[in-house]
Amino acid sequence: MNKITDISELEKKAKEIRRGIIEEVYSAKSGHPGGSLSIADVMTVLYFNEMNIDETNPKWEDRDRLVLSKGHCSPVLYSCLAERGFFDKENLKNFRKIDSNLQGHPDMNKVPGVDMTSGSLGQGLSVANGMAIAGKLDNKNYRVYAILGDGEIEEGQIWEAAMASSKYKLDNLCVIIDKNNLQIDGKTEDIMSSAPLDEKFKSFGFDVIEIDGNNILEIMKALAKAKITKNKPTCIIARTTKGKGVSFMEDKAEWHGKAPNEEQYNQAIEDLK
Amino acid sequence: MLDKKIATRQSYGEALKELGQKNENVVVLDADLSTATKTEIFAKEFPDRFFDMGIAEQNMMATAAGLATCGKIPYASSFAVFAAGRAYDQIRNSICYPKLNVKICATHAGITVGEDGATHQMLEDISMMRTLPNMTVISPSDDTQTRWVVEEISKIQGPVYVRLCRLSTPVIYDNTQKFEIGKAIQIGEGTDATIFATGVTVSEAIKAKEQLDAEGINVRVIDMHTIKPIDKDMIIKCAKETKRLISVEDHNIIGGLGSAISEVLTENCPCKLERMGINDCFGKSGKAEELIKYYKIGYEAIIEKVKDKN
Repeated sequence: MNKITDISELEKKAKEIRRGIIEEVYSAKSGHPGGSLSIADVMTVLYFNEMNIDETNPKWEDRDRLVLSKGHCSPVLYSCLAERGFFDKENLKNFRKIDSNLQGHPDMNKVPGVDMTSGSLGQGLSVANGMAIAGKLDNKNYRVYAILGDGEIEEGQIWEAAMASSKYKLDNLCVIIDKNNLQIDGKTEDIMSSAPLDEKFKSFGFDVIEIDGNNILEIMKALAKAKITKNKPTCIIARTTKGKGVSFMEDKAEWHGKAPNEEQYNQAIEDLK
Repeated sequence: MLDKKIATRQSYGEALKELGQKNENVVVLDADLSTATKTEIFAKEFPDRFFDMGIAEQNMMATAAGLATCGKIPYASSFAVFAAGRAYDQIRNSICYPKLNVKICATHAGITVGEDGATHQMLEDISMMRTLPNMTVISPSDDTQTRWVVEEISKIQGPVYVRLCRLSTPVIYDNTQKFEIGKAIQIGEGTDATIFATGVTVSEAIKAKEQLDAEGINVRVIDMHTIKPIDKDMIIKCAKETKRLISVEDHNIIGGLGSAISEVLTENCPCKLERMGINDCFGKSGKAEELIKYYKIGYEAIIEKVKDKN
């Protein structure tokens, strides 16, 4: 599949990805729409513009890799993989159902295109480090992307891993934080503030880029800069809106892990036209 | 036999260096304990394939998982209490569930750690590790077996937990001994009792057997080096052939070797198993040899147990 470079085409694609998220969560009657919708634009740019991947050869050794550390946002990953042709889009309706390969949280052994199993928060950056170190050992040119939630980084292991990313000068690693400011119990600034986030990652040795994470062009520019940054890892702080694109879900913590009813589903699909 | 002594952690470090020469996909991670776990021996030979992750075991385990997704064979080491305990969730969710090819080689297991005391004496690791699906659990008893284990596990796909010790213990086997994962080793043909042992207690059991033999009490020792998958056939065979069954381990009697044997007996040939081990308590400081006596897992205690009801 050819990469999409046109911004309005990518914006259209992002809407398609969001519709997939809603279909999945509505079919399953459970799941996590809020954080899937907030990171949908970043994921769209990665899967349709940026990453070197091959849907006909999911385990291609030289492919770029993505670790969805905030694994509960599996709907956005599955939607991207289906849209990219790793599997049939019809399968999205089986999300979270018994006998489905689309588990509540991503399983690398069940879903083509999933590079790492995830679900227990805080572990994905370490895994991404391992992939990036392996790339350096083997003189490969692939890049590794780690998608973290801004609530997730309350896990101490993230900071253990951040020290290691920097120690091993993993310039083939790009961390993207979905900074939607909400977590299950409320606002991250009230639950456990990570501010100042940019200074924290800078002091851990990262090149930090802060962007509007729901703006396709800004995402593309940030990823391009990350690629040419040498000797240090990059952290993109993507300021996003939780539930982005669905009017009644936007900026509402209650939509972290809840499925829409029929009326809400119809409204969501209308919003995403 | 039993005259030469070496700690299995030392055997591990030396074997790891040899394996590194044979297999360039082998990489080693440690958490600031390489001088104690002996991974420093590998590190000196292969600095580019050695990663000291600092005092951060959780990060180490998940990094090993990431390396494994790219075809590397990571050996991750720390003390058992930190490897299995502190990083349990990482081992569960990022290694065992995705069935990644990570070899966790944990040293300083059991009360034989000695003077460091309870916080550093891991007595629950066999229990925790063997309940994890996809995990293989091995507890080698001597130098020869440990060297074999280190290379053998590189040939099997999937996670392995290897339980190693700080204390220098007797060399039991010579190089002609054949080992197989999942196949216990029977030492002696005695029918008065079977003594199942694993890790450091195997040489204690053999010492007990030698003294009992001299007194006309004929026991056999079973070296249960693989805890999972457990050798059911050997357990059933001994249950049928011997009058009494005893297990002895440097581990909590809850969840360890004795429990694993009990599970097999219950389903296949219900009979009594007398479990020796750490009786559901934490350890304490002292010399390893003193602690072996204090917690009654040494040869004297085994002899006493056998004679007690004989």
